[in-house]
Amino acid sequence: MTGKQPFETVVARHGPTVLRVCRAVLGPRDADDAWSETFLAALKAYPDLPGDANVEAWLVTIAHRKAIDVTRAAARRAVPVADVPDHPARQRADERDLDLSAALVALPRKQREAVAYHYLGGLPYAGVAAVIGGSADAARRAAADGIAALRKTYPAAADPEGEG
Amino acid sequence: MNDEQEARRVLDALPEVTEERLRVLHDRLADRADARGVLDVAYRTVDTPVGPLLLAATAKGLVRVAFSIESHENVLTALATQLSPRILRAPQRLDTAAREIDEYFAGRRREFDLPLDFSLSKGFRLTVLRHLADIGYGHTASYAAVAAAAGRPRAVRAVGTACAANPLPVVVACHRVVRSDGSSGGYRGGPAAKQALLALEAA
Repeated sequence: MTGKQPFETVVARHGPTVLRVCRAVLGPRDADDAWSETFLAALKAYPDLPGDANVEAWLVTIAHRKAIDVTRAAARRAVPVADVPDHPARQRADERDLDLSAALVALPRKQREAVAYHYLGGLPYAGVAAVIGGSADAARRAAADGIAALRKTYPAAADPEGEG
Repeated sequence: MNDEQEARRVLDALPEVTEERLRVLHDRLADRADARGVLDVAYRTVDTPVGPLLLAATAKGLVRVAFSIESHENVLTALATQLSPRILRAPQRLDTAAREIDEYFAGRRREFDLPLDFSLSKGFRLTVLRHLADIGYGHTASYAAVAAAAGRPRAVRAVGTACAANPLPVVVACHRVVRSDGSSGGYRGGPAAKQALLALEAA
């Protein structure tokens, strides 16, 4: 196979995963920005991406850098301004789910990154370690600690109704 | 249940990523990419009496018009190789082209007034395409006549090839080139589409 897929195909195929990853690392409010910046940077670099590259891993790596940028930018904006979501209706969705989102974002950064990149972004632990630093074992421990903390702060998830 | 499965079950309760949200984000991405000059090819489709047409444009202008029998997906994949893989569905860049095509099929437009990007055509094929503008709306010319006008009167077959490979059908009117015996000849969009265009212009 020569040549690459049109970038539109990349967005369609990986857009949902990248949004889940951004939401897990940043929370729903800043996730949209990180998603946009991730795909803009990816679009720019796409022609130079080797044809056999793992596109999803590449995107998750870019998303990690953009999440850091967004966090720094948010920190510089000392005054919390205009944090009204553009889709208030969405926020009504399911309170249980919103609790889990909040619990995820409340985890220590390394833990939520490990959870997001491994479980949502599909990176093996070695790949997670390459992105966030440290060893694969450390990444595995961070993810396990993160999940354990989620189960503690969000016990409903450990015992969903209708399952035996 | 092992740890991986257990973790995935916990995370299954995260809010869904909705189609609507993704559409908003996609459209915002297309706008920003265009504004920052990193959108090499924008495309959209437009419904017409000869089926949905794919319209693709570079920053220079309309670069490709494709019929559905060509498979829009295959055409976009080919454009990724021929031009650039920086391709997004971005209707805005094609608003004017889509409007003019609508007007043409409604019988309210006889000439297209659009910037065109001929970078998919080279050499004699490009010469032929440029001469097609001489054949006015509602008129036809034979392959032989176009060959003569393009300066190579014996290159009748090459004119046929150039028309068959026209990357901008409908807008660059290769459908107005017909056989000397009066039959319509082949067409990228299929013979029925060619006849439909000729009938539209004869009305």
